[in-house]
Amino acid sequence: MNTELLGVIVMFLGTLLLALPLGKYIAKVYAGEHVWTDLIFGPVEKMFFKVSHIDVRREMTWQQHLVAMLTINLIWFLWAMFCLVNQNWLPLNPDHIAAQTPDQAFNTAISFLVNCNLQHYSGESGASYFTQVYGLMFLQFVSAGTGMAAAAVVFNALRERTTDKLGNFYNYFLKSCTRILLPICIVIATVHIFEGTPMTFKGMDTMVTMQGDTVHVSRGPVAPFVAIKHLGTNGGGFFGANSAHPLENPSYLTNMVQMIAQVLIPFAMVFAMGFYLRRKKLAWVIWSVMTIGFLALVIPTINAEVHGNPEISKMGISQPLGNMEGKEVRFGARASAYWSIATTVISTGSVNSMHDSFMPLSGMNMLLGMMVNSFYGGVGVGFLNFYVYLILAVFIGGLMVGRTPEFLGKKVEAKEMKIAMIVALLHPFLILAGTAIASHLAAHDTPMGWWMMGADGKPLHATAWLNNPRYHGFSEMLYEYTSASANNGSGFEGLGDNNPFWNISTGIILILSRFVPIIGPVAIAGLLAGKKYIPESAGTLKPDTATFGLLILAVKIIIAALAFFPALALGPIAEWLSL
Amino acid sequence: MKKTNGKSLFEWPLIKEAVGQSFIKLNPAVQFRNPVMFTVEIGTIIMLIVCIWVLSGENSQGSFIYNFIVFVVLLFTLLFANFAEALAEARGKAQAASLRKTREETPAKKVELMGEIFMNEVHIVPSSSLKKGDIFVCDAGDIVPTDGEIVQGIATIDESAITGESAPVIREAGGDKSSVTGGTKVLSDHIKVKVTTDPGESFLDKMIALVEGASRQKTPNEIALTILLAGFTLVFVIVCVTLHPFAAYAGTPIPIAAYISLFVCLIPTTIGGLLSAIGISGMDRALRANVIAKSGKAVETAGDLDTLLLDKTGTITIGNRKATNFYPAHGIDHKHFTQCVVLSSFADETPEGKSIIELAGVNPLSYQVRDPRFIKFTAETRSSGIDYEDIRIRKGAYDAMRNNVLKAGNHFPDDIRHKVDDISSNGGTPLVVTENDVVLGVIELQDIIKTGIQERFERLRKMGVKTVMVTGDNPLTAKYIAEKAGVDDYIAEAKPEDKLAYIRKEQQKGKLVAMMGDGTNDAPALAQADVGVAMNSGTSAAKEAGNMVDLDNDPTKLIEIVEIGKQLLMTRGTLTTFSIANDVAKYFAIVPALFIVAIPALQGLNIMNLHSPQSAILSAVIFNAIIIPLLIPLALRGVAYKPIGASALLRRNLLVYGLGGILVPFIGIKLIDIIVALFM
Repeated sequence: MNTELLGVIVMFLGTLLLALPLGKYIAKVYAGEHVWTDLIFGPVEKMFFKVSHIDVRREMTWQQHLVAMLTINLIWFLWAMFCLVNQNWLPLNPDHIAAQTPDQAFNTAISFLVNCNLQHYSGESGASYFTQVYGLMFLQFVSAGTGMAAAAVVFNALRERTTDKLGNFYNYFLKSCTRILLPICIVIATVHIFEGTPMTFKGMDTMVTMQGDTVHVSRGPVAPFVAIKHLGTNGGGFFGANSAHPLENPSYLTNMVQMIAQVLIPFAMVFAMGFYLRRKKLAWVIWSVMTIGFLALVIPTINAEVHGNPEISKMGISQPLGNMEGKEVRFGARASAYWSIATTVISTGSVNSMHDSFMPLSGMNMLLGMMVNSFYGGVGVGFLNFYVYLILAVFIGGLMVGRTPEFLGKKVEAKEMKIAMIVALLHPFLILAGTAIASHLAAHDTPMGWWMMGADGKPLHATAWLNNPRYHGFSEMLYEYTSASANNGSGFEGLGDNNPFWNISTGIILILSRFVPIIGPVAIAGLLAGKKYIPESAGTLKPDTATFGLLILAVKIIIAALAFFPALALGPIAEWLSL
Repeated sequence: MKKTNGKSLFEWPLIKEAVGQSFIKLNPAVQFRNPVMFTVEIGTIIMLIVCIWVLSGENSQGSFIYNFIVFVVLLFTLLFANFAEALAEARGKAQAASLRKTREETPAKKVELMGEIFMNEVHIVPSSSLKKGDIFVCDAGDIVPTDGEIVQGIATIDESAITGESAPVIREAGGDKSSVTGGTKVLSDHIKVKVTTDPGESFLDKMIALVEGASRQKTPNEIALTILLAGFTLVFVIVCVTLHPFAAYAGTPIPIAAYISLFVCLIPTTIGGLLSAIGISGMDRALRANVIAKSGKAVETAGDLDTLLLDKTGTITIGNRKATNFYPAHGIDHKHFTQCVVLSSFADETPEGKSIIELAGVNPLSYQVRDPRFIKFTAETRSSGIDYEDIRIRKGAYDAMRNNVLKAGNHFPDDIRHKVDDISSNGGTPLVVTENDVVLGVIELQDIIKTGIQERFERLRKMGVKTVMVTGDNPLTAKYIAEKAGVDDYIAEAKPEDKLAYIRKEQQKGKLVAMMGDGTNDAPALAQADVGVAMNSGTSAAKEAGNMVDLDNDPTKLIEIVEIGKQLLMTRGTLTTFSIANDVAKYFAIVPALFIVAIPALQGLNIMNLHSPQSAILSAVIFNAIIIPLLIPLALRGVAYKPIGASALLRRNLLVYGLGGILVPFIGIKLIDIIVALFM
């Protein structure tokens, strides 16, 4: 077998093998069972809770959970804004990086807060070490912890009983950080340091190249940043080039570690649910549905990239390595293709190659990954998104077996459907409405005024943000909003997006598409938890069967396909058919 | 499910009424209740405006004929949906009217009022003309025409059709045993009864009116499904609105007709148009099984039932006991005993009496008896028989007969006393036979389990429904019958409180419980049960407490009701799946048609190879419209329920309606396109 392909398969199976024990461990952490990390982190947590006057034994209702989650997020947002607009005078700024403009700081703060990491700046020139470590990396930890804690609330609510007491949010949140994220990050960061990733607070290094030029090489506390960037499915790079940068991702080994790290917790959360609820079969059904969707995107993408660009072949140039435009030779077409789909189905959004340069259908597969946003999905939130689709599938499937719909013994009724529909509708709404506004402006080449200024301070016209004409230009705009709404953070680079128009519009989408899909599933699960528990009978729809898995998959594909098909037809499909 | 009447789905008078209603229902105020069809109506109005605009000289929107055809097809989409609902309503009304008619035809012996007093002048009138305060009489063999209170007389009444208890009960004037219920049968004596409810005001009449009434409340599940459908509709509002700037960017102007067509094809019009028809026909199907549901919700809940409480008598066993054995006393000749037994039952018209002759296998006329006088059963003597020459043969209940025997100074034989005990402890009823107050022997009457009932319980078990037998029998007998019939559990020596307690216990476990009941003392349990089916012959308190009334007084109805409920929900689910799955093909018809002029490359998406953009759009909207009337029969009849387990059922329905829903429109649209192309 081809070594490149073997590498991809090893990455996938390796993740699965690690995710199973991790899932069991996560389930134990959330269930409050005794685990080995109690000895190390137990006292630290106790101190945190004591200082903040939090009584972890006080269980919260689903509303209290959401209030806690939202208030703590607001405080983090303010802290990040403070770091970004004041970084010029704050310490740890050896390279004298200027403060970010308010609109850019807004976009950056929001995008890290919501676990998206859409970066309209380059780390080398846009963020000081203080911002990177205490602002952004901090948010990478806590935003991942927020998603996982919300998923833990849903796990708790799915148990077979009737209650409104769903555990303590701060407890779930803190333990997500200390017990799960922190220990694994230490391992990942150590591997990176050994492989050559910088870990220093010194400013830029200077070196003389073989040509005799003097170059400045940016460095900094990169290794830990890279670890949480992937483990927490954040995706925001320390450097602008993200994981295509040789210091951020120096070798095939680090590439593999980063790849495994970003898929690890999304896998493990599904298994954790299985262990937590003692429904392992259900966990496997959910994981399988996610995997089928993932493979359906990854296989054609690898295939498209390996075969290269037909336009280049027409010129008589052979492409033995496949379509290598925008890809690193040390990773190759296959591993880059695998990464591109993994990073988009999961809300990481880190890149090791330029998505803009992929084949049109590969670009469509990345878009689809973000449009569905729950073939694994981000840490915690992937499961939450999946849960909404699951509720919709339960509703249709329940009716089809002649019962009013129920999931794990709880009746799904009008109120839950309303919430599920709002969450399911929000994603296409934000993507399509955003793209529609941008397309309208571009179609009429509207003068943008303050919303988009050129480097000379003069207002630009809307088409100036496009780096490519026609279908590809449309794909760039569609990709940007899809990436924002999926809280993904990757970009179809090429779009001129560092201006108030894109910063503010994507910023608003980021907030909505982060918090509504957390509030919705927690509310649904909370409402269901308060209902009477109905034991299973021979007439009950069993969620842990292949048939039901197929139904969820169909619901996901149909909702994504139905809502986005016209947009995709005008973007990547038109581009593909024009090749 | 058995067909209670063979009416076809489409009858001319019903269709005529439904067609008229389809137009009346175009009123936006009516359409507003259904968000999916309401948006179609808005689309239709927009197309009408476009048609006028084109007529007045606008030429960017395509030809007038094309726009007009789109308008007409959309209008028909609306009319078809209205027709489905109107037809379901018309069928319900027709059913209710025929029910009311049969009720009016039950005869009653009314005692006429003369001045202030009732004279014993009896007229036969329809029961529906009886007013509150009227007096009627009932003789042995009459059916009590309506609910009332005995003002004079005492009678034994067979309430087995209601209570399920085969032993007749005694009702007499005064005291708390004075009420009689409509539908019960007077077995002996003569009573005078005062009517307690007015015609048309009885509970049943009110419920028939409810079924007829157009003001139907949406059920919780219907509301939830409407939210889902409204959500899908909103998605496509977003898709179609945002398509405008997308198309502007791509440099392809899209005519309004294409936007509207795309929108109408994508929103779930099939289920949206049929949703209320499905709900109405669910109640209608219940009505056809002679069950009146007070609300659609009750029918829906029936599909979810986990536990059924079934009365033993009438449901599991045949309503009346049958003679199974003759036991002559020690020293009595078997032949002589048989003769006396047969003669004693000569004039006994009760099912028990007939079964005795049947078991003996002797024609009573073969015995030559002179000057026979038949003694009827009365509530006082609790025995019946025959006198001829100087012989008096009697058969009756053990204690009554024992009194007679002892009074006459005779000995009651021990072997028969033991036999009587044996029979009782095995759930049977002993009838002691005497000749001139000398004990001849005892007849054993036993419950007979209905044929085929085991299979029905097995079917219920596969549906996930637990059956519980309720009986007044002692635990031993109850256990014996329960095992024989194959029920999952039983309540022996049941009192009404026991039923209530059992229902509560099940509900605490989260189960949905149904029961059937009749008496006033069943009312709390009927109210407590999630589905309480009151017998029409039951007391009005029972009927008020339940949420369904069974006009046939047939306790096995519960089983049918469960299936009707499941059918209703399944029909909703499968048609929703079908409707949404249809969208895949419609996309492949319309999306290439929208952009093909500006982006010829998108011809690659025209996998059905449709004739032209306009024919593609027309074919899609025409398919979308005609699929509604084609599915009306399915919506009204309901999807067949098969108790094959939930997973198998899901697999089957996904295959038929999911995969079918994807494939059918590809074929349908292509066929319509071929025809449409002929005219272009």
